[in-house]
Amino acid sequence: MRFLNARLKHGAMRTADQTVNEILDLASAHFKVPREKLTPDEDFFKTLGIDSLQALDLLTKLENHFQIELPDYELQGVSDFRTLASRIQARL
Amino acid sequence: MNLMHHFTGKALSWGLKDGVIELVLNREPCNEIGSLALDELENFVAELSLNEGQAHALIMHSPRACGFCAGADLRELYARSKEMAPGEAAREVRGFLERIHRVMNAIDSSPLTTIAAVHGVVFGGGFELALTCDLIISDKTARFCFPELRLGLIPGFGGIPRLKRDLGNAVVRDLLLTGRSMNATKMQQAGLVSQLVADGEALRVARGTAAQLAKFDRHTAEEAKKFIKPIPYEELRQEIDMFCDLFTRPTVEAGLRKFVESREAQPYLP
Repeated sequence: MRFLNARLKHGAMRTADQTVNEILDLASAHFKVPREKLTPDEDFFKTLGIDSLQALDLLTKLENHFQIELPDYELQGVSDFRTLASRIQARL
Repeated sequence: MNLMHHFTGKALSWGLKDGVIELVLNREPCNEIGSLALDELENFVAELSLNEGQAHALIMHSPRACGFCAGADLRELYARSKEMAPGEAAREVRGFLERIHRVMNAIDSSPLTTIAAVHGVVFGGGFELALTCDLIISDKTARFCFPELRLGLIPGFGGIPRLKRDLGNAVVRDLLLTGRSMNATKMQQAGLVSQLVADGEALRVARGTAAQLAKFDRHTAEEAKKFIKPIPYEELRQEIDMFCDLFTRPTVEAGLRKFVESREAQPYLP
């Protein structure tokens, strides 16, 4: 199951960069922030201007998109997209 | 006389239309349940019992963007506790719990078919309120959580007995002992969410479900509900006692203070 979830629709494995980019695309669309303003190492609380409840909303979007479960305690202290992507990548 | 035609309070509003009572939670920031909400909930259940003959269903929902309900008003709890001697605060907490349990038990045992239409945050006391309902209809934004252990407490509004009634024990342990939040897809797989719908669609689907229920004989529906939905009164009493014992421990004051005074981006993650 882990193996299947780690594959994209066309069958290739997701790389860490692909996961980061999918997160940035999703965050841009959901919070209506221009995609070019988002970079992997930025603090997403500041860049997106979100609070803790909106961060939970983002977590739900990510879980639904990647079809994973990501316990919120794994996000403790995580504030940049690249680290977030690594947490997701570990569950694909 | 239709007492429940319409009421608008500061935390809640309710109304009766076409045999469906709608209870709307609507107070900033996210429908926290404190003394004001409790007063109005008590008024609601008093009127509910007078109007059950005119209705077949109850839907509770929230129009707030943050979600259904973030649970007990911890800021009020902390502020009130600081004003009182420890023994007095514990007595006040017990009094609050006795009152909120009466409200929750009244909704849980209502002869109406009850539906919680939820989205976003369904945390703590908000989760417990949803658990009193016969059906939970959730959109995909919802997250369910019992964060009380993070504060050194257990859920106090009837959460554990109702969760044990409705779900497998492994899921109950996961929710309570980790304090993590679970999304609506997971909760549907666990058997808690009866219908999982697209973002923003929970209330519409709940109203459609309530319209369907109107076609059934009420007496039969009431008898069926009594048969399939026991109220765990003894465990509910035990929960109040356990909560009150835990509340007097220093861990709780420290947990509440950390939550209330936190300026961190994720204060719900101690």
